[in-house]
Amino acid sequence: MKEDNIIEVSKLTRRFGDFTAVDHISFEVKRGEIFGFLGANGAGKTTAIRMLTGLLTPTSGAAMVAGEDVFTRAEAIKKKIGYMSQKFSLYEDLTVTENIRFYGGIYGLSGRNIRSKTEELLHRLEITGVRDRLIRDLPLGWKQKLAFSTAVIHDPAIVFMDEPTSGVDPITRRQFWDLIYEASDRGTTVFVTTHYMDEAEYCDRVTIMVEGRIDALDTPGGLKRRFGAPDIDEVFVKLARSGSGAANRLGKNAETRSDESAANRPGRGATPPPGEGTASRSNPNQPEGGGAT
Amino acid sequence: MSVTVRNLKKKYGDIEALKGVSFEVNPGERFGFIGPDGAGKTTLFRILVSLLLPDDGEARVIGLDPVTGYKELRRRVGYMPGRFSLYQDLSVEENLRFFATIFNTTVSANYDLIRDIYHQIEPFKKRRAGDLSGGMKQKLALSCALIHKPDVLFLDEPTTGVDAVSRREFWDMLDKLKATGLTVLVSTPYMDEASRCDRIALMHRGHILDVNTPQGISGNFGRELWAVRADRCYRLLKALRSFPHAGSVFTFGEQVHYTDRRDDFNPEELKSWLESEGLAQVQIEKIRPTVEDTLISLMDRQEGGGPPDNSATEFHRT
Amino acid sequence: MKAFWGFIVKEFYHIFRDRRTLLILFGMPLIQLLLFGYAIRNELNKADIAILDQSRDEVTREVTDKLLASGHFQLAAFLESEAEVEKIFQKGLARGVIVFEPGFGRKLIREGRSAVNVITDASEPNMAQMLEVYITNVIRDYQREWNAVNHGGGEFTAMGINPQTRMLFNPGLRSANLFVPGLIAFILMLVSAFLTSITIAREKEMGTMEVLLVSPLNPMQIIVGKVLPYLALSVINVFMVLVVALAVFQVPFRGSFVLFTLLCLLFIMTALALGVRISSLVRDQQTAMMISLAGLLLPTILLSGFIFPIANMPDVLQWISHIVPAKWFLIIIRGIMLKGAGLEHLWMETLILFGMMFILLVSSIHSFKIRLE
Repeated sequence: MKEDNIIEVSKLTRRFGDFTAVDHISFEVKRGEIFGFLGANGAGKTTAIRMLTGLLTPTSGAAMVAGEDVFTRAEAIKKKIGYMSQKFSLYEDLTVTENIRFYGGIYGLSGRNIRSKTEELLHRLEITGVRDRLIRDLPLGWKQKLAFSTAVIHDPAIVFMDEPTSGVDPITRRQFWDLIYEASDRGTTVFVTTHYMDEAEYCDRVTIMVEGRIDALDTPGGLKRRFGAPDIDEVFVKLARSGSGAANRLGKNAETRSDESAANRPGRGATPPPGEGTASRSNPNQPEGGGAT
Repeated sequence: MSVTVRNLKKKYGDIEALKGVSFEVNPGERFGFIGPDGAGKTTLFRILVSLLLPDDGEARVIGLDPVTGYKELRRRVGYMPGRFSLYQDLSVEENLRFFATIFNTTVSANYDLIRDIYHQIEPFKKRRAGDLSGGMKQKLALSCALIHKPDVLFLDEPTTGVDAVSRREFWDMLDKLKATGLTVLVSTPYMDEASRCDRIALMHRGHILDVNTPQGISGNFGRELWAVRADRCYRLLKALRSFPHAGSVFTFGEQVHYTDRRDDFNPEELKSWLESEGLAQVQIEKIRPTVEDTLISLMDRQEGGGPPDNSATEFHRT
Repeated sequence: MKAFWGFIVKEFYHIFRDRRTLLILFGMPLIQLLLFGYAIRNELNKADIAILDQSRDEVTREVTDKLLASGHFQLAAFLESEAEVEKIFQKGLARGVIVFEPGFGRKLIREGRSAVNVITDASEPNMAQMLEVYITNVIRDYQREWNAVNHGGGEFTAMGINPQTRMLFNPGLRSANLFVPGLIAFILMLVSAFLTSITIAREKEMGTMEVLLVSPLNPMQIIVGKVLPYLALSVINVFMVLVVALAVFQVPFRGSFVLFTLLCLLFIMTALALGVRISSLVRDQQTAMMISLAGLLLPTILLSGFIFPIANMPDVLQWISHIVPAKWFLIIIRGIMLKGAGLEHLWMETLILFGMMFILLVSSIHSFKIRLE
């Protein structure tokens, strides 16, 4: 185990019956890296993240997250990470400070700590003026940024982000990534999944998952050079079209889909909701990213 | 004119979803509405297909008023809402047959129109729609919307939530439809899809910021645009922002798109300055603004030039 | 027309492919029937009684034997003295005690009358009342036999009981007779209202309603198309329940079958209209379910006279029960099935039900939104 690896994954596999959602993946993530996890819906990225965040036990292989083994120390992992998902961020009917206080408490911060962190956070995001405003009355961009900040309020070693910027306008999206950059600068590792291929370019390194396997892992520049593509989108298309990608894209089965959609459920790093360990059906009409207004 | 819209307004409670939009779509045109969530795209489409009543303004779709002429309108438009409304527990062919039947036609009558599309999912025709992947659902939903040979097609965010390959294939299918002369109105949050339309309208918070061809839109950018790269992305970003003459600074992948406030900008000057700030491998080149650049600059202008945070008084809900 | 037909075919697909709906449609009524029919009985079945025979002669023994042979009772204890009576109640070992006065048989033969005391544990009043009735019946039966054998003249009264009482139409107080008509009402409400409200709400929730609206289909076609399959299934369900009720539980059917069918249809249409009306208020299935459960099914069970007699309820609830369609329907079917009543007796209830249906029908059609707001 190298000293500055915060995540080490070796031949990690997860099967559901005779369906292999994650197929012997191996990779490492260095401390402070911004690591992008790309792939189509059903490629297995959500299952992979659930295993890394301690929400799902792998079938085989090995993985270490923040120094803890995912098989035996899942609960310890949950304490050391932050989690932000697209589908759930803050409580709409609580105020800004109430939300911060709530999540501070969940992550085990002391009262005094919470108070000082609250002030720090409000100042950094320049939202001291709305500290007592209900979340539902804030613009989407502010919500997203606040959500991210509360996800890292306990200064976790890694923060996992699941499609955090879906649907948001281009300016707000960039401001959001500013926050991610800052966090990374401070030494927090950021593990982000996204289906906006241009966001992949903001990452230090990127993996692309296809049918449970990692088909590419490199810096964005490296990938573009290797595939002779002008952008990651093109890399993705070329990858998907080569080999088994094309044929299998058509023949999706229900298990895959329910696995993906079930994984996009609300959950926080420190105290995930009970019973979150297995795949189950949620509304199949819900697209994986973005919503129409 | 296939579609004419003048000063359309719509409010939900105190949220103004549409603040007076106007545009025209020519017959046979593929017209795109580009904008993020909350722009008002879905509201606009719903008004045009007569599912919502506007508060103010006028609209004509193939000569019919959606408010008064909805009965006739509903017979002749094709509508594919977001989330591809299909019947999950019906099979692919049952779905298609159903939509053909309720439009008083048969699957074979207009099969030519959907042949290329349906062909790709035909091997799965007995499979339940709920068990299809996103890309296949999209193709099925498109087939169902076309099966009655509509005069105009409304596609509301048809590529959202679908993988990159399927997204491209979808636009390929739309290309083929062009040959039939069908007027298509499509909305999308993806900037890169703008270039595949004949003309586009950039939308943001209930306004249409500009209407033009994809190339023409960039013409509205107004300034010179430069792409700057260096070895450390985030440091570059911070450095550029602190540059005294910086106009707009926005990241675009591994580059930063930069405009300068002065008219006589010399890139070499910036380069030396950046190098003095500790950055290496600095490259600066002039580029053509993309649709996204234009949207951002228009949004920026709309918000009064300052960062959207501080000046935003209108909130939109998702 | 073809469009309409295509719509109905689709609805049937939905129904038969959804296991939950099928379970509710066919499973629930059957389970309810069996439950109410067999398990939840309001009739006496092996109730514990004790006997204090202060006479111990042939007559008392014969009466005792008859009581115990009826199957309704079980001998808990044979008491020796009056003191034990209270004790056995306190211990909860018996629900009723029968006391034969001393010299019972002798008095009967000589004086022509004798006294038997029936003491019941009225802490459960229903039980107590039933016990009295059952016991009286048995004793009276014996009395008739005894008179027949001994050429009349004797009469013994059980104290405190009105000898003129007869239970009309349901002499055995068979609970099946009570429940089955109510069950029919409940099932129809369940299928016609509950399921209908859900199916329309589902289209809204899934987003397919949008697409349906932007089509040549007009609202009437959509409503009727949604509702027709459930109408058909309701009718099938009713007959299913009826067959089981008649064959297995021997519930009587004394009235006109045609009238029964017609009035069932009337009630079904009322329930369907209710279902559609509810669905126009909601945006998703869950809300539809909640409203249907609380606003329809619960009142149907509690306030229609299904189980609890309306006459025993506080005035407020009695007034409320007037707007519960099932209440009127229950009067109608009980009338037809158990009393053989005809339209001439039931015209008022029929008219009321018809009025309700009409109002609901108009209201639901009117409220069906042709746009999304």
